[in-house]
Amino acid sequence: MDYEAVGLKAGLEIHQQLNTKEKLFCHSPTVIRDSAEHTGEVSRYLRVAVSEMGDVDRAAKEELMNQRLFTYYTYDTTGLVEIDEEPPAPLNPDALDIVLTIAKMFEMTPLPEIHTMRKMIVDGSATSGFQRTALVALNGAIEHAYRVETVAVEEEACQRVEDTIFSVDRLGIPLIEITTSPCMKTPEEVHDIAQYIGMTLRSTGRVKRGIGTIRQDVNVSIRDGARVEIKGVQELDLIAEVVRREVQRQLSLLAIRDELQARNALVNGEVYDVTSVFARTQSQVLKKARVILGTVLHGFNGLVGLEIQPDRRLGSEMSDYAKKCGVGGLFHTDELPAYGVTEEEVHVLKETLGAGPEDAVVIVASTEQKCRCAMQMIIRRAKMAFEGVPEETRKMLEGGSTAYMRPLPGAARMYPETDILPVPVTKEYWESIAAPELLTVKAERFVAEYGLDPGMARQMAFSEELPLFERAVSEGIRPVFAARTILASLKELSRAGISSDALSDDAIIAVMKTVEAGNAAKEAVLDILTACAKGMSVSDAVSRVAPAFSREELQDLVHGIVNDRVEFIRTRGKAALGPVMGVIMKEVRGRIDGKVVSEVLDEELGRII
Amino acid sequence: MSLNNSDPVTVRFAGVEMDGIYINRSGENAIVKLSSGYNICVPTSLCSAKEQTVPAEKPRVLPIKQDPALPLLSIISTGGTIASTVDYRTGAVSSRFTAEDILRSIPELAGIARYHTLQPFQVLSENMNPAMWQELAGTIHDEILHGSEGIIITHGTDTMLYSAAAVSFMLDTPVPVVFVGAQRSADRPSSDNAMNAICSAKAAVSQMGEVVVCMHANESDTTCALHRATRVRKNHTSRRDAFQSIGRGPVGEVSYPDGTVVPAKDAVLRGTKELRLANNLEPSCGLLQYYPGMDPAVFDAFKGYKGLVIAGTGLGHVGTDCISRIAGLTASGTTIIMTSQCQAGSVCDRVYETGRDLLDAGVIEGGSMLPEVALVKLMWVLGNATRKEDIRRLIRTNLKGELEYDLWRYA
Repeated sequence: MDYEAVGLKAGLEIHQQLNTKEKLFCHSPTVIRDSAEHTGEVSRYLRVAVSEMGDVDRAAKEELMNQRLFTYYTYDTTGLVEIDEEPPAPLNPDALDIVLTIAKMFEMTPLPEIHTMRKMIVDGSATSGFQRTALVALNGAIEHAYRVETVAVEEEACQRVEDTIFSVDRLGIPLIEITTSPCMKTPEEVHDIAQYIGMTLRSTGRVKRGIGTIRQDVNVSIRDGARVEIKGVQELDLIAEVVRREVQRQLSLLAIRDELQARNALVNGEVYDVTSVFARTQSQVLKKARVILGTVLHGFNGLVGLEIQPDRRLGSEMSDYAKKCGVGGLFHTDELPAYGVTEEEVHVLKETLGAGPEDAVVIVASTEQKCRCAMQMIIRRAKMAFEGVPEETRKMLEGGSTAYMRPLPGAARMYPETDILPVPVTKEYWESIAAPELLTVKAERFVAEYGLDPGMARQMAFSEELPLFERAVSEGIRPVFAARTILASLKELSRAGISSDALSDDAIIAVMKTVEAGNAAKEAVLDILTACAKGMSVSDAVSRVAPAFSREELQDLVHGIVNDRVEFIRTRGKAALGPVMGVIMKEVRGRIDGKVVSEVLDEELGRII
Repeated sequence: MSLNNSDPVTVRFAGVEMDGIYINRSGENAIVKLSSGYNICVPTSLCSAKEQTVPAEKPRVLPIKQDPALPLLSIISTGGTIASTVDYRTGAVSSRFTAEDILRSIPELAGIARYHTLQPFQVLSENMNPAMWQELAGTIHDEILHGSEGIIITHGTDTMLYSAAAVSFMLDTPVPVVFVGAQRSADRPSSDNAMNAICSAKAAVSQMGEVVVCMHANESDTTCALHRATRVRKNHTSRRDAFQSIGRGPVGEVSYPDGTVVPAKDAVLRGTKELRLANNLEPSCGLLQYYPGMDPAVFDAFKGYKGLVIAGTGLGHVGTDCISRIAGLTASGTTIIMTSQCQAGSVCDRVYETGRDLLDAGVIEGGSMLPEVALVKLMWVLGNATRKEDIRRLIRTNLKGELEYDLWRYA
């Protein structure tokens, strides 16, 4: 695909959780809980008031088409602010400090005062009905070629447990939002820039790590298409595929638009009750419905079922819109007969509605009220097909295709958070902030300064254990040994099912120091750490697993073993060294360095041969 | 160059040019709403006015019809924010108060009743005073007289219980009089204002027939409690269910969203009482919370007061060294009621010696009356009775559910 020819423009909005102790606007800890551990729940409705401008945010309005009662799980680690029962605390200064640090890394300009806003979100994921957010800095650069428009600090939303049940443990964890300009022109560029931004964020050492702690939203448009915002791409590896599929979807929708115009297609919006057509149907879905409504899309035959993206058709788009009314989905004649609907029923349906071979019929089945609502949405989406690509917020599906979520929100969703005072950012404060070394630069330094091989250097720099490594090195442990211990031994431990959480950094460093001082052998590191992880102190673990073995003790042992094998050694000469060494190592492995053993054995053999 | 609110401006900051709307100053800086909706704060010198575009046409406002078949309710606003709206450009919250404004903001109300709306005054609830309670009671009286079948009073929550208790004592009402407020501002999607307002309208058209406070019964949007005005207290600074009945359960419940009203067994029902207004009050009354080590001279500050309510410790005590001062006050004509600073329960000054000394000093036991309610009642009693024995007897009579029974029957 020639992405330049189709006029691809893509931008990123990256949300990364910050690793602060407390939440952004309250003092609860930033820990994620298992929803089964919840200690309470509250149930709430959300509503949107009409502004005096007469505007209601269109995305908010659509979310609230169905008044739904949301349930929120609470925990012994959450408080009143999370369930909107108490005014928020002042903005967490640690979170602001991290965001300013990142802003500095992108060479941005901070705003002199930080004003917190409320961004209306009424899908239930925020108990207050809004997410608090504040712009912190503007206009930065990524490697001179790409532009960061803004960075903002904002609150995480609730985690959805299922359907209308949310968990408030995540609500309020600080996030940084980084918005780039739509300056990327190929899917691969989007991937690379997302990766670079992610690396920059991790370079601070002050962001959360692990699945779900970073989310990428991608804005995509092509020439004649429309801006579409795709939410929640969690895996970096999928990001390019998401862009490719969105380009494909927009091109397909444009092709459908042209075909509809060529066919003189028409959506007249008339809705018919076709319940009686399916009076004796075997279709499980239709059988249990109280009402079935249908509409004719003139000139749409074959287009509703046309694939626009892997596993997605124009019909799927209409179905997404219809689901906003609480129906399970829709059937269209491009996919029928199927799902228990017979050919005969399709024939009668088309005949009843006067649909010709060029036409498609769409039906929905549910209660009267839900069906009427769903039909309006289907007709609305069908009419949009004549325009091509609607501006939308979409969510990523498994594999990289997307589904419709809601219209793009407008400025009407933002209003000031009157409960939070503005926070000044002084020139002195900004100048006192130091930009940390990028992880890529660090990796190069580990090669040059510490003699790590490039693979290990990169692995160490990007590892979550980087602070441990840097501390070990600063405490005099040889970098190569430290890196090997941290990368290899800890991996081995986790493979053996032992969580590294059970091991304190202090213990790991103490073990490395013991080895460096010659009081335990390198070979014993894994066994000692295992013992420590099971609760033993470092000194106990060393003496129990690998009691130190002095040179004198070793000399006695070697002397005895060699004496028992004098004949053998005399016969084999120097070639006896290997087998004898094997016997000795069996006794002392992990308790004294192999090099020392070889020295002592050499001396002893020299006595005989 | 001076900029005014809502002026379109161009901001040049950080090497970029952005369009926005000027909101206001913040010291040397200007607050500007960008087209993204974010407010930013930048040095004023970086903002320049843009050519004024034609002001946006006022949105077409659809007239809202009130259904003549529905019962007529009065909504009396005292400054609560039941129908406030946000200007999304400036972020300012404004309180609107025509019936149409309310119905537009809470459309569900239109299906419950017709509404006549009044706004006798507009104050923060901490600025309410006895004169306003009197005006409020008079307004309610007139509305009922002119055919209102139920009254809703929107009120800030801080002092709602004083106003509700005051109206209770001043007014005998044949229809429900429902005080309602919100603990979360109306400018947020999660505000409790709409649910509380809808439940209050349901209560106002129901079979209830007394003065009540209608607020969330718990932290969920499932039930509103109707609290008897003389037995309710704001027990939390911020929670939705801050209001709780003390020493008894609520006199009714409204389930949401269906709006079913279930009165308690002892609720006063519609039509039980004849309409009657007695809105004299004696404002020269005080309320004093005793604390250990309190300087007895504090009582001297109430010299010349017509009445004083003491919130004493436990069963109704003050330090022994205060008793002579209290005796001095009663001797010079101040009526003194003893209540307790405990959350619930009755005072009893016959158990300990200090209590008996207090009774000897002329203090009247307030039973289980909440100190705030006893204060309001004292104002009403002193405004309507002059003879000492009448005053004493009224204080010890259960007038509006502030007591479980008439204390004088047993004393």
